[in-house]
Amino acid sequence: MKITFDWLKDHLKTNLKEKNLLEQLTNVGLEVEGVQNLSSDKELFKVAKIIKTIKHPNADRLKVCDVDVGEKEFKKVVCGAVNAVEGLITVYAPPGSIIPKTKTKLVVAKIRGVTSYGMLCSESELNLSDESDGIIELSSGYKKIIGKSYFSKSKSNLIDLSITPNRPDCLGIRGIARDLAASGFGKLVDLKKKKIKSNNRHSLKVKISKGKNQGCSIFGSCLINDVKNTESPQWLKDKLISIGQKPISAIVDITNYVMFDLNRPLHAYDADKIEKGIIVRNSKSGEKFTALDNKDYKLEDGMCVISDHKGVLGLGGIIGGTRSATELDTKNILLESAYFKPGSIRTTAKKLNLDTDAKFRFERGIDPLSIEDGLNKATILIKEICGGKISKIDVQKIETHKTKIIKFDINLVEKVAGFKISTKEIFKILENLGFKFKKKNNFFELIVPSWRPDITQEIDIVEELVRISGYDKIRIIDPIKKRKKSTLNKSQKLFHFLQRSIASKGYLEAITWSFTDSNYNNYFRDAKKEVKIVNPISTELDVLRNSIFSNLIIYMNKNLDRGFKDLSIYEIGPTFTGSKPGEQNTVVCGLSSGKKSRLSWIEKERNVDVFDVKKDVVQTLIEAGYKSEEFFIDNKTPNYYHPGKSGRLFLKKDADLVAAYFGEIHPNITKKIDMKTESLVGFEIFLDNLKLPVKTLNDQKNKFNVSDYQKSERDFAFIINKDVNAQDLINAIASVDKNLISNIKVFDVYEGDNIPENQKSIAISVTIQSTEKTLNDNDLESINKLIIETVENKTGAKIRS
Amino acid sequence: MSDLKKIKDELLLKLKSKLNLSEVNQMKSDLFGKNGLVSSQFKKIGTIAETERKKFASELNVIKDELQDLINLKIKEIENEEIREKLQKEKIDITLPERPFVRGKIHPVSQTIDEISSIFSEIGFSVEEGPDVESEYNNFTALNTPENHPARDMHDTFYLDEKKERLLRTHTSPVQIRTMLKDKPPFKIIAPGRTYRSDSDQTHAPMFHQVEGLHIDKDINMGHLKGCLNYFIKEFFELDKIKMRFRPSHFPFTEPSAEVDIGYEMKDGKIVIGEGNQWLEILGCGMVHPNVLRNVKVDPIKFQGYAFGMGIDRLAMLKYGINDLRAFFDCDYRWLNHFGFDPLDVPTNYRGLSR
Repeated sequence: MKITFDWLKDHLKTNLKEKNLLEQLTNVGLEVEGVQNLSSDKELFKVAKIIKTIKHPNADRLKVCDVDVGEKEFKKVVCGAVNAVEGLITVYAPPGSIIPKTKTKLVVAKIRGVTSYGMLCSESELNLSDESDGIIELSSGYKKIIGKSYFSKSKSNLIDLSITPNRPDCLGIRGIARDLAASGFGKLVDLKKKKIKSNNRHSLKVKISKGKNQGCSIFGSCLINDVKNTESPQWLKDKLISIGQKPISAIVDITNYVMFDLNRPLHAYDADKIEKGIIVRNSKSGEKFTALDNKDYKLEDGMCVISDHKGVLGLGGIIGGTRSATELDTKNILLESAYFKPGSIRTTAKKLNLDTDAKFRFERGIDPLSIEDGLNKATILIKEICGGKISKIDVQKIETHKTKIIKFDINLVEKVAGFKISTKEIFKILENLGFKFKKKNNFFELIVPSWRPDITQEIDIVEELVRISGYDKIRIIDPIKKRKKSTLNKSQKLFHFLQRSIASKGYLEAITWSFTDSNYNNYFRDAKKEVKIVNPISTELDVLRNSIFSNLIIYMNKNLDRGFKDLSIYEIGPTFTGSKPGEQNTVVCGLSSGKKSRLSWIEKERNVDVFDVKKDVVQTLIEAGYKSEEFFIDNKTPNYYHPGKSGRLFLKKDADLVAAYFGEIHPNITKKIDMKTESLVGFEIFLDNLKLPVKTLNDQKNKFNVSDYQKSERDFAFIINKDVNAQDLINAIASVDKNLISNIKVFDVYEGDNIPENQKSIAISVTIQSTEKTLNDNDLESINKLIIETVENKTGAKIRS
Repeated sequence: MSDLKKIKDELLLKLKSKLNLSEVNQMKSDLFGKNGLVSSQFKKIGTIAETERKKFASELNVIKDELQDLINLKIKEIENEEIREKLQKEKIDITLPERPFVRGKIHPVSQTIDEISSIFSEIGFSVEEGPDVESEYNNFTALNTPENHPARDMHDTFYLDEKKERLLRTHTSPVQIRTMLKDKPPFKIIAPGRTYRSDSDQTHAPMFHQVEGLHIDKDINMGHLKGCLNYFIKEFFELDKIKMRFRPSHFPFTEPSAEVDIGYEMKDGKIVIGEGNQWLEILGCGMVHPNVLRNVKVDPIKFQGYAFGMGIDRLAMLKYGINDLRAFFDCDYRWLNHFGFDPLDVPTNYRGLSR
């Protein structure tokens, strides 16, 4: 909402300065978004006339115009607008002026070899509207002031307010003035309510049909015959220009003026184009009309339309139609002032994807009691400016406005706000805001003003009082440093731990979108359901991610393109399995590319491999408190991993939930997305599948059992079929005697010379130690034998002699 | 006795020359070995006249100790020299680079979430979470934003079905609803997390982070809200003095509602938070609307309290001088390295938020 202090003063008597105004607007909740100084730079923009145009010698689309800017000599201006034709009156910006939209300063410049002195402006360049097709076309009335400033010489700045959706009343200057007055910033000026004194019959029949969900409950109107539509007088033009509106014609300007002044939208019809009478009704599916935005709309059932006997004239409260539009030569006018229901307006506008000033106001709620005030104010102005005969006002109603009454206990103010407002002050504020009240036993009955649809219950009254008194009166109550519940629950603690544990292993934490490109998602979707976004921001972000890999790989690739080679990134966040709330998992996903120790003078460089990520996963899980002795690993992994170089990890052998996957990314994927790296490995740890620790650290640290008896290390080398896993040997050895075997370590794996084909040799070191005694040679010998026997029997391995 | 004197003098002479360890050991055994020069003198003791014997023995012992000390000293000297030479040979160019290492980093948003959690932990808030995919009811209707409410226009929503019943949450406020439906009052929670709006330009990302706060009890009023946020802002920006302003605003789920601004000034093109004369909006808050409490079966006559919501990314930008929101999610290795935090830099109450 744009206002000026000057316009506010039509409604507000105050001696305070603009600086105070800006502060006070913000203090009462009318946030000042910006202040624009119109007077100083904008005086440079002049009304000008194109005298002659010739085609630019070096550019087909450009013209060289001779422009009369009220000086002795015409200015040469290069212009690309199609509508830059001889005789057009428009707005000229001289070199040195700053274009409001782009904030660029104009200079004398050569455009394709022709020097251009300044430019001709479009409405959008002057921030008047979004219209950027062509330059401004001014009416012939401006002929008289060629060379004069287009903008008024008002010294009042343009103040841009952000009005919250609950305050339709502040979409009119008067509403803003009322709030300011209530807060002590001046006094609200009484409106001298002039009424039309007319005995002329309203000869056009208006009817609101009582259809189901009728969106219009009141339709007031007035006929004005024999008007002479003309240009607005300067004061009215200046007023509209001062808030960034473009004057059009007196009739249109007057309706706009009343709308901005009182937040009372009006609509003017050319009465001669209305066939027999007005019927406000619900539309039928398939009905069509051409709206004032020059677009054709096809309607659905149940939209509130203003029609005549021929068909739809316009969408009530949203946009009028071209068929009944007023023009400069319009003689007889029907002026509408109606009440449309916010819900109905919103539904229709949304379905048709229409956004207009009227719609914005009606969907927030217009004062239903402002119908006649609006008609009176507008028709009197029309009569003054355009002449004509005014009829009596006709008001059709299918519902009467019900006054809202709220029971109000003044103690609630202090209970909610934490500070006291005196009863006297409370009633002063409420009165200034337009409330009326009656005292009942221990409470008050408040009558809510008709322009405040947002106020429906006691708490709304509290807000009004606190807001107008000032939020600075709320005192600070310091918080108490007391904790009744632990800050994080176990799963949140685990999240926090895993997040930092992975980073401590050299991974950079990334945060990527929860959505991704379905093409990439498909690589990592496995058997999961695709979750589509109905209205994605782009086709590259069209599905919720089934795996974090999709995004990590996209961004990994971008970093590779930046020339980095050895990258480790990870993300901890959601992946999605369906479109219902809760169908998501928390996953820690990491990706590593390239080499370890690249170009090192001391270490041998090598590609990152599956055992790097296996280490990261296993170490992280151990650090998080899980027992590695119980881990079970096999090679069944989703199809985006290299089938031979990947694994899945369970916390226990019989667990049914996978704790993690790790491995090389399938070479087909890296090939398809053209990743240029020596090696690409990754992992996924599924936080929701990890059992949360039952024991606290305190419990875990209680027992300290170690053996000081001598330990001995024995080495074994087994020859075994290639397809038998090392894990099987280790398990077999561990099963021999859990009390005596304290550590098992694979220290060599060998295939090749001296080993039969399809077999491999695995060398294992076993640490044997008793907690009860020092083992003698016989004890050790029998364990040795047992180990060999067990391994040979369980795995088919042979001890290497 | 002259024999002894001769032995000593000879030894002293020999020790003056350059010797290695085995030569000295040879000299040692020549003197003190089974048939060594000194040993054989001891054997003589028996043959010496009784009157002389005592004197001879005592002198012999003195000489023996003297000789032994001389030899041991020499051995020590040689050993020291050997070690010195060995160390000298082992000398390397210590300016060569250390073995390669890689350093991981925590994303500034994660760090900021931990900072926020740490601050609110101190004053008794616990952390709650909710799903990213929400029902239209939890995200809007339950929060007093019924269908056709114009406030919905401010939330450009991503939908997951044509009926618009499932969506990506546009704010963290639905966690309020979930928390209050699940438990009984009092409530004192914060809820950080991802939020989504179908809006993307230089200052808007389709995904961003918010933290929600909710404190409901029997007598919580706007003074508590102001106190809580005043505490938070000072702790978060690690400043004793910071200007804060509450200004009336509107959110459908709070009443009265406020937006909170903090003071700042521009210095050398950078925002400096504190006591400057400019205002910067950093969060929205208010007293939970009675309609919301009724929707979650909490009696608004008995219970009341406040809620707030703020943008985590924005807080991180202000605190750590990050200019571009889009870069948070762009995953540029250089950016992550530059703005990331060491994983061991865990913000806690006792060691403080930052170094």
